[in-house]
Amino acid sequence: MWMLGPLGFTTPLILTALIGLPLLWILLRAVPPAPIRRRFPGVALLLGLKDADSETDRTPLWLLILRALAVAAAILAFAGPVLNPARQEASSDAPLLIVMDAGWADARDWPRRIDQASRVAEAAERAGRPLALLRLTDMPQAPVFQAAQAVTSRLIALQPQPWAPQALADWQAALPEGDFDSYWISDGIDHDGRAALLAALQVRGAVRVFETPRPVLALNPVTFRDGAVQIAAQRLPAGTQTEIEVSARGLDPAGIERELTRATLTFATGATSGETALNLPPELRNRLTRFEIAGSRTAGSVTLSDDSLKRRKVALIGGGADREGLILLSPTHYLRQALAPVAELIDGALIDVLRANPDVIVLTDVARLTQEESNGLVKWVEAGGLLLRFAGPKLAASEVARSDEDPLLPVRLREGGRSLGGAMSWGDPKTLAPFPKDSPFFGLDVPAEVAIRAQVLAQPDPDLSERSIAMLADGTPLVTRKVLGQGQVVLFHVTANAEWSSLPLSGLFVNMLERLTVSTRPALADAADLRGQVFTPEKVLDAFGQLQAPQGLPGIRGEDLAGAMPGPEHPPGLYAGEDRRVALNVIGPETVLRAAVWPTSVPVEGIEGPREQPLKGAFLAGALLLLSADILAALWLSGRLVGRIAALICLVLLLPVPQAQAQTMAPNEARAGTGAGSQGGAQDAFALEATTELRLAYVVTGDSRTDDLSRDGLRGLGQQLYARTTIEPAEPMAVDIERDELAFFPFLYWPVTADQPLPSVAAYQKLNQFLRTGGMILFDTRDAGIAGGTSPEARRLQLIAAALDVPPLQQISGDHVLTRTFYLLQDFPGRQNGPIWVEAPPPDAEAEEGMPFRTLNDGVTPVVIGGNDWAAAWAVDAQGMPSYPVGRGDAGERQREIAYRFGINLIMHVFTGNYKSDQVHVPALLERLGQ
Amino acid sequence: MSNAPDLAADLRARAGTLGAALPPLLAAADHLASAVTLGDHGRRRAGMGDEFWQYRQAHTGDAARMIDWRRSARGDVQYVREREWQAAQSVSLWVDTSASMRFSGDKMRAPKADRARLLALALSVLLLRGGERVGLTGGLTPPRSGRAQAERLALALSEDGTADFGKPDATGILPHGRVVLISDFLGDLSGVEAAMGAASDRGARGVILQVLDPAEETFPFDGRTIFESMGGSLRFETLRAGDLRARYLARLEERRARLSDLARASGWHLSSHHTGDAAQPALLWLYRALEAAL
Repeated sequence: MWMLGPLGFTTPLILTALIGLPLLWILLRAVPPAPIRRRFPGVALLLGLKDADSETDRTPLWLLILRALAVAAAILAFAGPVLNPARQEASSDAPLLIVMDAGWADARDWPRRIDQASRVAEAAERAGRPLALLRLTDMPQAPVFQAAQAVTSRLIALQPQPWAPQALADWQAALPEGDFDSYWISDGIDHDGRAALLAALQVRGAVRVFETPRPVLALNPVTFRDGAVQIAAQRLPAGTQTEIEVSARGLDPAGIERELTRATLTFATGATSGETALNLPPELRNRLTRFEIAGSRTAGSVTLSDDSLKRRKVALIGGGADREGLILLSPTHYLRQALAPVAELIDGALIDVLRANPDVIVLTDVARLTQEESNGLVKWVEAGGLLLRFAGPKLAASEVARSDEDPLLPVRLREGGRSLGGAMSWGDPKTLAPFPKDSPFFGLDVPAEVAIRAQVLAQPDPDLSERSIAMLADGTPLVTRKVLGQGQVVLFHVTANAEWSSLPLSGLFVNMLERLTVSTRPALADAADLRGQVFTPEKVLDAFGQLQAPQGLPGIRGEDLAGAMPGPEHPPGLYAGEDRRVALNVIGPETVLRAAVWPTSVPVEGIEGPREQPLKGAFLAGALLLLSADILAALWLSGRLVGRIAALICLVLLLPVPQAQAQTMAPNEARAGTGAGSQGGAQDAFALEATTELRLAYVVTGDSRTDDLSRDGLRGLGQQLYARTTIEPAEPMAVDIERDELAFFPFLYWPVTADQPLPSVAAYQKLNQFLRTGGMILFDTRDAGIAGGTSPEARRLQLIAAALDVPPLQQISGDHVLTRTFYLLQDFPGRQNGPIWVEAPPPDAEAEEGMPFRTLNDGVTPVVIGGNDWAAAWAVDAQGMPSYPVGRGDAGERQREIAYRFGINLIMHVFTGNYKSDQVHVPALLERLGQ
Repeated sequence: MSNAPDLAADLRARAGTLGAALPPLLAAADHLASAVTLGDHGRRRAGMGDEFWQYRQAHTGDAARMIDWRRSARGDVQYVREREWQAAQSVSLWVDTSASMRFSGDKMRAPKADRARLLALALSVLLLRGGERVGLTGGLTPPRSGRAQAERLALALSEDGTADFGKPDATGILPHGRVVLISDFLGDLSGVEAAMGAASDRGARGVILQVLDPAEETFPFDGRTIFESMGGSLRFETLRAGDLRARYLARLEERRARLSDLARASGWHLSSHHTGDAAQPALLWLYRALEAAL
């Protein structure tokens, strides 16, 4: 392609014809307009007359310019001008490798990337080049060059992965043999090893890069600091000052996930990161499960919060609280230090504390409890509380649990305890033995400096060993645990201060408390924290930031999970361990997004902004216009343009204008909306039109073909309703959900197109009001539901319906009232025959004895969702003939009939609700009346 | 023009319709009794004829067979039955059938020749009904009376001439007869002058009707144009036809003035008729003018 500024020409050779223009100029100038021959008897009278001047002997200058322009425009048009043309690759028949990052960042405009890839693949197909496709997010394996067609068909189903490209160095090794060109569809982020891979690709052949200008937004994991939830986000590229909304989501008290609050985060001009803090009451904070950047649908703009935001309520009860003493000797000092940053501490008398229902109660060296306290504690532990007790001089001296087991102590204690390594003892202070495998502490490192100088001893009961979860090097139990009801009782056989051991001084103490979930972990779990546990994925994120159920994913060892980057083996999501959950987010705390910088030798496409725009049509039209002007001018010059013909031409020129106006008016159903002053009048007219007769309505999508189809479809359905039932609808109406009142309509048909704009907030309010007050919307994705919710229309529907007040849905069951509101149906086909979705019945619905249907008397489903393209099956033209074929032959006509029957059932359902459901009770009612 | 008899029948039928609207034309008797042949045309005096004029007393010299015995038997005086002296006038028509007459400025308008023929034949029908003898100049269709003559005239009129412009033929004009010239008179006027001279020499007088198309009267042309005569013999090219309009109209007016002069000099009547107008007024005018001339 030959470029002239932003203008390119596909066949620039034709431009040489422009040289001929001066020649044309001379020719035209020499040849005057052709004379008219007229037979005229009066010629005898004319003989001998002379023309006053001979100006028109030559073509006038302005006509000459007009003609030259017309010809020039035609020449330019045939040269194929393209504004901002996409750069054409040099023709080559080398194999082409399409490299896609296909990571989470690609999800922001995935369809566009797939489009681009398809375009490149089609070009390769035309050129007969072998093609290979690789996703850098996959495990490296050598791509195989194959026929372009095979790749094209794969492209459509290709999905991005919810992690960033990894192991680019391995890919480097996995590149196929031989020379090939590459087309890299990049997400614009500089992944590790990208430059090296690019270099490796460049060695093999030409590399082109495609990027989109859409910014990448990523949300860092949230942290809890200074009493507030800290939210940080990153963006690429740094631009002007921008505000984004971060939505904090969690379960509401009813257990339904919803947005709990929202924070505004500001990126300063030129900054790639921004921060904000969210101050929430603990009750609300503990509910948070997920943060996401509103409007950005990528896995990177979602961050899952695990237990790190949850703060346990811990009650500290010190045995010697009333004792005067040094603070460092206070039995609760170390616990307080360890727990204060990560838990809510409650102080007070035990009875008072129990009423606050804490998660954990710590008793340090408390031996004697009153009966009331003891009973309260037992009840609380049995309900799931964790009672953590520390030994001490009082406990050692007391008679508690000497002869029989105390319910609030895991083991029986021997009198006195023992002292190790003191001045009067032979032995050294004991160290800890490694934790046994079934201990919750398994995997924690045991520091050598931890020494136990004194402890209370357990009676060697039969179940002592299984209750011990930490032991000294000589096998003496140090920590014992007993399950009581749903809760547990844990006893540290040492004091909570440094009096008996150095354990409270070590980091191990904090880790042990964490393992016991007394405290919550710091923001990032490290390997030591998680070692020895197996985490199973509970929920995983897809690349679009949606939580999915994990399918066939194995558990993962804690040490692998700690610090892991999401990848094929462990996708981002929520991993549940024994007693804690760990979130693996796409964006780790240290992840920094860097923009990919491509060397100048690599052409980068897609970020120029303006799209390629072929101008051939415009130029041709211009040439045609000039030529028709020339016709008029020539006619006028030669005197042929006499009054009547001129009037005719003017009429023809003017004629399309009112027609065009009429056409634009037509979809609005002649709603006069031209002036602001008539707005109210138009609304009144609309209301009158909608309410004087029953009207089915369809949602205007903005695509005129779809809208026409909806109108024809509803007209066809209306005719059938008119003919067969007592519902007699008038012509269907178009409804603009942004502008029109919806309350007039019982039923909306909403065909979903892939590029439909999302409704505004006000429109959503109207729609929700519409649904709540008994309206029904039939969503039709028209994709037959075969793509399993991944077609562009289905995606759009998910987006549109996200903010709608839609109850849980279920694929329609065989006994749904829709199957019998008028006709008895089992299928609900349109032009296609796929499944449809309606409101799920209550889970406790059961069929009565002898009744064919379950008792489902409440609620008309507010939405029906399907992809069967019903409007096309219903559509009739002005003559009442079907507009579109359905199926083939008689079977197809049968299907159309069933489609009509479905429509009739649906409208009947809208109007009569569950009347037919009630009918099944008629025998029972009659029986009752008889008594 | 391809089917002459058909056209003749059609022309006759249309002329008959037009003529039916007028009373029979009674041509005034000319004082030149000797020049005219007897016909069924009352001369308001006793003479040879069929119609009763008066009874008079028989004088000496009246033949006995002249006495009307029925009237005389009522009294003692013998009466002679006298008849009105009747005479027929002969009218010679010349209708221009040249190529120039086949012009029409508009597809919706008939050519001038059509109108000229129609007027000529209508006039003939009227005259024939009044008992005049009507014929065409040129001697091929001499003046005769009777209904059959109308058919002969129609047949003769339906022939197209080949010349570009018509030239009146003065032959066949009877002495003291009447002459009607119908043409557009766009050709050379010397022919007309000669014909009028020849007619005047024989004591014949008449009327001239100029039939023109409206386009010839307004000259609605513009732009570069090549004008050709209908037969193609004349040719004139102009680059701006619109500029010529005034001069053309002046020339047309000049020509009409010359014709008018000619007519006045020899006591003829002159009028113009446009094919865009109705035919009836033109026929009326012809009728009046001829009545005055008779």
